[in-house]
Amino acid sequence: MGKLITEPNIPDPDGFYEELVGLHEGLTEAQSAAVNARLVLILANQVGDREVLSEAMEAARKAAENGIDRQEG
Amino acid sequence: MAQSLGQRIFETPLYPYRRSPDQKAGAPVRHKVVVVGAGPIGLAAGIDLAQQGVPVVILDENDKVSHGSRAICFAKRPLEILDRLGCGERMVEKGVTWNIGKVFFGDRKVYEFDLLPESGHKRPAFINLQQYYLEQYMVDRVRELEAAGAPIELRGRNRVEAVGVHDDHVRLEISTPEGPYNLEAEWLIACDGARSPIRSMLGLDFVGKVFEDNFLIADVVMEADFPTERWFWFDPPFNPGQSALLHKQPDNVWRIDFQIGWDIDRKEELKEENVRRRLHAMLGEDAKFDLEWLSIYTFQCRRMEKFRHGRVIFAGDAAHQVSPFGARGANSGFQDTDNLAWKLKLVIEGKAPEDLLESYDAERIFAADENILNSTRSTEFITPKSPASRLFRDAVLDLSEHFEFARPLVNAGRLSVPSIYDESPLNGPDDADLPRRTRPGAPAADAPTREGWLIDRLGNRFQILAIGTDAPEHFEEAGVDVEVVRLSPDESPEFRERWLGEAPGAVYLMRPDQHVVARWQAFDDAAMRAALRRAIGLE
Repeated sequence: MGKLITEPNIPDPDGFYEELVGLHEGLTEAQSAAVNARLVLILANQVGDREVLSEAMEAARKAAENGIDRQEG
Repeated sequence: MAQSLGQRIFETPLYPYRRSPDQKAGAPVRHKVVVVGAGPIGLAAGIDLAQQGVPVVILDENDKVSHGSRAICFAKRPLEILDRLGCGERMVEKGVTWNIGKVFFGDRKVYEFDLLPESGHKRPAFINLQQYYLEQYMVDRVRELEAAGAPIELRGRNRVEAVGVHDDHVRLEISTPEGPYNLEAEWLIACDGARSPIRSMLGLDFVGKVFEDNFLIADVVMEADFPTERWFWFDPPFNPGQSALLHKQPDNVWRIDFQIGWDIDRKEELKEENVRRRLHAMLGEDAKFDLEWLSIYTFQCRRMEKFRHGRVIFAGDAAHQVSPFGARGANSGFQDTDNLAWKLKLVIEGKAPEDLLESYDAERIFAADENILNSTRSTEFITPKSPASRLFRDAVLDLSEHFEFARPLVNAGRLSVPSIYDESPLNGPDDADLPRRTRPGAPAADAPTREGWLIDRLGNRFQILAIGTDAPEHFEEAGVDVEVVRLSPDESPEFRERWLGEAPGAVYLMRPDQHVVARWQAFDDAAMRAALRRAIGLE
């Protein structure tokens, strides 16, 4: 991994997490999926850096493939 | 598959069968070049060669222009090529110019865009014109060349039944209404379309992907208030879960495309009452219209592994196919023959080695891959192939209504632009201080000059552009005459910006297809000679 930040970078992690889960409250599964897709696109535009985006996609996919293994930079 | 309604221009024989003396010759007559297929690409190949003095015979199994409007969207670069072939003016006069596109999602407009054409170009970014008009203009051009004594012949209802490929020629077995005859060609250019019989006869196949979807095309004649714009619908109420496209053509003809899915009954879908029901759902119950042409098509994104097979060279849809999104089919075909004609001429004249034709493969396969990539991406966006793909597609469309950032992600077709042959084996030296858009491999960027449009002064031969610098009166290398065109840095602001940038002067070597070979800030005789030799495959 090159440019992707893999160290903690979000202040107030518990508060952020609560807000993220709260965002989906009362939504159907389909609505939730749509919100997630829009969120991914909004965040991707914020990041902007193509290399970082590729690394992030790879990290997301790998973390799922390896089950419990966490992605360590 | 297609049906026509009423008597139309495309139902009148334009190049009816006439007996050729070749049919009664004892032994097969050998021609320099035979082109198979009198569609737009075959006609372009024939006109280009004949204009440059290379004898050519065009064969077609039919005798009429394109059935129905088919390719309707012609981009700037092909228009420039057609100008060089003497057909551009009539196209642009008759065609419809458009700049505004609107994108709808569900029952709402999510955004609109303006192509914002750059100023200082002779030709617009795009025109819409029925393919049958284009073919008619091209056949007229063939007749005009014939009348002026150019070595060109167009033989209708001459169907190639068999091909024999030899080291230095190709043998053709041809059937006509009066029976069969044989012909020989030193070179065969196959422009016989997506289902290319020549390709099948040679046992050559395609690599790529077929998309499992069908599109219903209706050409509708109506007096309507729609402005001259391209309208694209994702998931509209009148075609739920699918897409639709509305495009204006000349003569109050509107092209309407409905995506209708894979599992359909083609015959049912093409019934006039069923098409009318769809159209009324879209245009309103009171809409009044006539149907000019209906067709259902499915499409492929694929190409041949190589376009040149010895003495047989493939061009246009016969060599590569794309989805219709982005209008990259016919538009790229014109760039094939534009690329091929001058090379073949030099090889036939013995001035260039046969190897020069390998650069046709290199350059046009690169372009085909670019077109296939773009049109495959558009297809994925328009017809998502998985639930995740549809989820993101819909997310992009929802966001595009509110946020500008999402609009570049909306992909309803990336409209055809010419390829820049950055990696071409024919390219010579570059001077990186000169503007990027006119680098080696790029097609000429048009601009106003004091003697008219630059693009009208380029092409059909090698040329040296001497811009505000010294250059010799005459230049010749390896038997190739090079015309020297003198230009001032102050031809126009656009000219300076596109060809000089900050540099005080520049020297460009241009190919007969109006692409840049090499460039410097001052004339250097040895470097120019080397660049020309390289551009004709001698080094």
